Amino acid sequence: MEILTILIPVSLLLGGIGLLAFFWALKTKQFEDPQGDAARILKTDYDDHPKP
Amino acid sequence: MALADGYDAGHVSPSACPACAVAPSAERLAELSRPVSARLMLSLPTAHCAACMSTVENGLQAVPGVQSARVNLTLRRVSVDADPEVTAESLIPILAGLGYEAHELDPGLLSATETDKQGRELLMRLGVAGFAMMNVMLLSVAVWSGAGDATRDLFHWISAAIALPTVVFAGQPFFKSAWASLRVGRLGMDVPISLAIILASSISLFETFNSGHHAYFDAAVMLVFFLLAGRYLDHRTRAVARSAAEELAALEVPRAIRVVDGVEETVTISALAVGDTVRVRPGGRMPVDGEVISGMSEVDRSLLTGESLPAVAGPGTMVAAGEINLTGPLMVRVIAAGRDSSLHRMADLVAVAESTKTKYTSLAERAARAYSPLVHLLSFGAFGYWMWATGGDLRYAINISAAVLIITCPCALGLAVPAVVTAASGKLFRKGLLIKDGTALERLAEVDYVVFDKTGTLTLGTPTPTNLDMLPQDALAVAAGLAAGSSHPLAVALTRAVTGQPAPLTDLREVPGYGIEARLNGETVRLGRAEWVGAAPADETATYVLVAGETHAIKFADKLRPGAETAVAAMKAAGLRLMLLSGDASAPVADLATRLGITEFAAGKLPAEKVAQVRALQDQGHKVLMIGDGLNDTAALAQAYVSISPASALDAARTASDIVLLGQDMAPVADALRIAKQSTRRIRENFGLSAAYNVVAVPLALMGLATPLLAALAMSVSSITVSLNALRLR
Repeated sequence: MEILTILIPVSLLLGGIGLLAFFWALKTKQFEDPQGDAARILKTDYDDHPKP
Repeated sequence: MALADGYDAGHVSPSACPACAVAPSAERLAELSRPVSARLMLSLPTAHCAACMSTVENGLQAVPGVQSARVNLTLRRVSVDADPEVTAESLIPILAGLGYEAHELDPGLLSATETDKQGRELLMRLGVAGFAMMNVMLLSVAVWSGAGDATRDLFHWISAAIALPTVVFAGQPFFKSAWASLRVGRLGMDVPISLAIILASSISLFETFNSGHHAYFDAAVMLVFFLLAGRYLDHRTRAVARSAAEELAALEVPRAIRVVDGVEETVTISALAVGDTVRVRPGGRMPVDGEVISGMSEVDRSLLTGESLPAVAGPGTMVAAGEINLTGPLMVRVIAAGRDSSLHRMADLVAVAESTKTKYTSLAERAARAYSPLVHLLSFGAFGYWMWATGGDLRYAINISAAVLIITCPCALGLAVPAVVTAASGKLFRKGLLIKDGTALERLAEVDYVVFDKTGTLTLGTPTPTNLDMLPQDALAVAAGLAAGSSHPLAVALTRAVTGQPAPLTDLREVPGYGIEARLNGETVRLGRAEWVGAAPADETATYVLVAGETHAIKFADKLRPGAETAVAAMKAAGLRLMLLSGDASAPVADLATRLGITEFAAGKLPAEKVAQVRALQDQGHKVLMIGDGLNDTAALAQAYVSISPASALDAARTASDIVLLGQDMAPVADALRIAKQSTRRIRENFGLSAAYNVVAVPLALMGLATPLLAALAMSVSSITVSLNALRLR
């Protein structure tokens, strides 16, 4: 059962990274326009070359 | 203004004070006089897809001076960063050229929804609760599947380390609202919720200290998570409705052109005083009550009175604020501005109607009112009984009463209503209906009487010629040629309807208030009012053309709003009683009523009579749905049990109504009635479902057989069931 001393911190750490990523997404206003973002991904505008 | 105050109060709906919207407030006017920043905001009601976004963004970025443009599809608007010399007025025609209708929005008014702090905060708490729930659940599963002694204690300790800070942080909205309701001596839904969360956390901590078998950390965190999800859905629905309602309010900018010693200046309406002279351009709206001192024109009174026929205005004519000037420029001496204007008197009527309306108690409130005392009673009863039964085992008794609180906690109840309302209002938004008030759907479901306004509601308020095929070809050609020179609504309608080649006319000139005159082969031809043209006036909307000494009447009928027939037919099929109440003359009202098959109708109604009629129906026990658009309907809209107005309606009418029809098509109104009935049924079903879970789980908890596993199962399964049931909405 000693493996738990590694696995539990690891699982908490990974979960924590996910939580921080969520905070970052929230802070940078990525939840302001869910409908628009869903549509934006389907645009073909910059498929061939990156946005200048 | 009600809208502006709503942000701070949080729970105040935009329709809280329709009376305030009738007359623009000082705050709003102060905001308008502030210099506008370069950040522009435009409303794009027709944008709906990925291609729309690309077209609009690329189109705007090609404009010199524009740095960036970004479309927000959820809110249907575009924000533009541009140099100060780029104005919204210059961007609107560009967007129109791309095929998108656009309106300027007041960024000062909009800033509050742009930074939706409350929503982000809730989402952050929801994220934290979700993270904690998953981790604690992982550890709990290990305990439930048989981890013993030291391992169990360790897992409980780790759970505590995750759960306690989470509860403190994420549970704050509940604690705050519970404290607020306790202070005024009420037992809201949040009191048992807070009690359950706090009791579950502290009893689990105590058990962990004493190496107990049962800890409810997972239940406490799950409770917070599910309830926050409900709270967030609720907030989201309200925020979208609020921003859209406010967007509509921002469309009209209350300004007037004042003329002092021949110099024109643009001022806010509140700056006008009695005796001032204002200039009203053709197509403009009268800013004040006044008397025409010079100029000839016609005024459209339909929004104020419901009359479909424009009236002549010349020196000496009294005009009222809100009327639209049609053909020629008018100079108007202000007789009443602000408080004394007819607009303000209308506001008083609205305020009276609002105050006599009984407040609607939503299903959720009624459920909470019955539920909270019952939950507390059960929990305390269980505590008392087990204290007595075990001979004073405090630890055991508290454990049981905590379990009862956790199991009965209205987890599903907190989700039951928001999930359904979100699903329903999302569905209706896509159909072009905006639900401004959360309880509007429930009220709509109870409606048994529908009262319509005519002009602008069942009809579009735009006339179309009806007897073109009965006119001689040459007269038609002349009429088309003449009509092309005017912006009068009848002339515009005529130009649109006539397909043939217009006659070659010379010396075209408009005589404001009368019509258009020109010469054809040296002979005078005229299009306009009967007496001017020399024809006998007919008793319906018509314009007259004079060609070769002969006069012809071109008759017009107001065009029916698309979908009006479908909506009326669907309502009749649903067994609703219908009534048409109009301020217009009796002939067009009777005509429309028979065309749509509405048997009860009344014409020539004044605003006060409309309110009285609605109130009379309500006194007979009817639940009235009022659909109207004009200022003359505003008070009746406020009085009615639930009300709908089209987006083309005046500010005040839209603010007074619970639901706004965003598109032109009226057919969605019938859908709204159906969806409202369905969603109310779903809400009741959801209450039933969560009650059923309680009926099974509560006796177990009371008997002391509840385990954390059972609590977790009951809670998550019931929450998921009610959410799925809400999604069944068609």
